Amino acid sequence: MNILCVIRQVPDGEAKLRINNSKVELDGVTVIMDGMDEYGVEQALRLREAGASVEQIIVLAVGPARNEDAIRTALAMGADRAIHVETDTYLDPIALSKIVTQVAKEENASLVFSGGQQSDWDSQALGAATAERLGWPQVTWTNALELSGETLKGKHDIDEGAETFEVELPAVITTQQGLNDPRYPTLPNIMKAKKKELRKDSLDKYGVTAKLKHVSSNIQVKERMGKLIDGKDPQAAAAQLVELLRNEAKVIA
Amino acid sequence: MILLVAEHNNGKPSKSALELVQAARDLGRDGPITALLLGQGLTSVANEMSKYAEQVLVADLPELAAYNPEVWAAAVTQIAQEGEAHTILVSASRSGREYSARVAVKLDAPLLEDVIKVEAQGNALQGTKYAYLARVTEVYESDAAVTVVSVKPGAYNPAQPASGAGEQYDVELELPQSRTRSTGKVIEKTTRVPLTEADVVITGGRGVGSPENFSKLIEGLADNIGAGVGATRAVVDAGWRPYGEQVGQTGKTVAPKAYIAVGVSGAVQHLSGMGKSKYIVAINKDPEAPIFKNADYGIVGDLHQVLPALIEATRK
Ligand SMILES: Cc1cc2nc3c(=O)[nH]c(=O)nc-3n(C[C@H](O)[C@H](O)[C@H](O)COP(=O)(O)OP(=O)(O)OC[C@H]3O[C@@H](n4cnc5c(N)ncnc54)[C@H](O)[C@@H]3O)c2cc1C
Repeated sequence: MNILCVIRQVPDGEAKLRINNSKVELDGVTVIMDGMDEYGVEQALRLREAGASVEQIIVLAVGPARNEDAIRTALAMGADRAIHVETDTYLDPIALSKIVTQVAKEENASLVFSGGQQSDWDSQALGAATAERLGWPQVTWTNALELSGETLKGKHDIDEGAETFEVELPAVITTQQGLNDPRYPTLPNIMKAKKKELRKDSLDKYGVTAKLKHVSSNIQVKERMGKLIDGKDPQAAAAQLVELLRNEAKVIA
Repeated sequence: MILLVAEHNNGKPSKSALELVQAARDLGRDGPITALLLGQGLTSVANEMSKYAEQVLVADLPELAAYNPEVWAAAVTQIAQEGEAHTILVSASRSGREYSARVAVKLDAPLLEDVIKVEAQGNALQGTKYAYLARVTEVYESDAAVTVVSVKPGAYNPAQPASGAGEQYDVELELPQSRTRSTGKVIEKTTRVPLTEADVVITGGRGVGSPENFSKLIEGLADNIGAGVGATRAVVDAGWRPYGEQVGQTGKTVAPKAYIAVGVSGAVQHLSGMGKSKYIVAINKDPEAPIFKNADYGIVGDLHQVLPALIEATRK
């Protein structure tokens, strides 16, 4: 079978963000493969290593030229080849799921991995929307997964807690913490990744337009008071904090 | 019409359902506010819900006893189409964010996801949401005839009952077979206030040092002041606390009136789950810890000394 791993490239969590023309400006910002998507790439490799008949692990990224860095990371982890739909156009997750669906069909994938929540647009919609377009089931927030024959078994988070599940392929799985520990690419694998196929597609090929219009972005800074209390005298510090909680924040009686 | 899917629990509408009613009222768009109830044994929740919505559609079916994304998406889509809904509101719970994406695809509609505010601008809808691990807010616009909106729990105040009782209707649905089999559930139970509803949350980080310290110090303080208990991922990964207590990007999002972070460094992935708290208090021995930049009150000190003093000071 073929596995498709959808990845996004996002600013590093510690990167300082700024707004230019009411959009988040990423030029000059350190960008990395979204940690949530990394779990999917790792899991595809582990399924193969555990003996599943995985022919190809294909990576898909949609976005500007700089996405190539994230793609190379995924290839260096061990994915076989990649497709980059290179575009600067904003596409919301519902629109993007159209591209993922077309690629999944073309590539004859029977398993699609995507991160549980993208850390750039803080969305959880891509996996479920892709599954709906493909007419497949999906399981979101998966933190344990194994394949026996055509059956995926695993565990995932739900509203009330957690649930164990079984589902037949084909399926869409969204990944998260606990599923695995993604490997670091080694230097030889980074070198090898440079020779792996990276196909560039233009957005036109997919006939997709955004469903939503981006209006504005604003940095969220809530001014915090930053009142520091010295803890060398713990009793005095505790008394001061209780006083603040009681009379200023008014959260305790 | 405005269609809202009302979540419910133990025969009562969930808080999020009443928040959706408020969001629907604030929108002030044409048509009645219609609440859809999916589940089994819905009589009491339907009666309660009709105090808030002009119409209550009741799908009381054994196939709906447990949530399933494919089944929920099919149900909501059918009702939305039959009722010619222009706005479909669902709660941005884990399940809501999942099936709403499927509904959007089925209806070929845009999805305004996890919004903290939704407003009508003429015929268009604008939704405000967090992005970039809640470091940014973004506004998106839909000018489509039908828009699906998921609303972040806690973003709206729960609605007050309206005067008069809404009409109730039983609905028939054609539902697909679910292809995912649930083979077991672990329901989170806590004797404390649920994290997402607590006015005060006390979270312990790796600095707390051990599961025993966690029980003694973090739970000890929580017991005294009636707080919910949270944990960082480092603590959960170490197996000291259950995942259900994790706050952050891959855990829960909370916004209590006061958030007390003890032995927590303040990584962005953690901040994204608690950064919207009204007051943030940090207790950390390292004056350079990033959490202090995001705190209203901070105690620079050893938690092994400060927490016992706090427990003493709050003893009832
Ligand atoms: C994709 C992804 C998702 C993630 N999701 C989450 C998430 O949902 N939630 C989350 O929390 N993290 C998340 N993380 C992890 C996050 O980046 C941090 O690693 C984590 O939050 C650190 O936890 P901590 O603050 O408990 O531990 P540390 O960073 O180890 O900090 C411990 C702190 O305790 C202080 N300390 C030590 N001893 C004492 C003492 N005696 N008295 C007072 N202070 C003391 C130290 O000064 C230090 O600041 C995620 C990471 C990734 C990559």
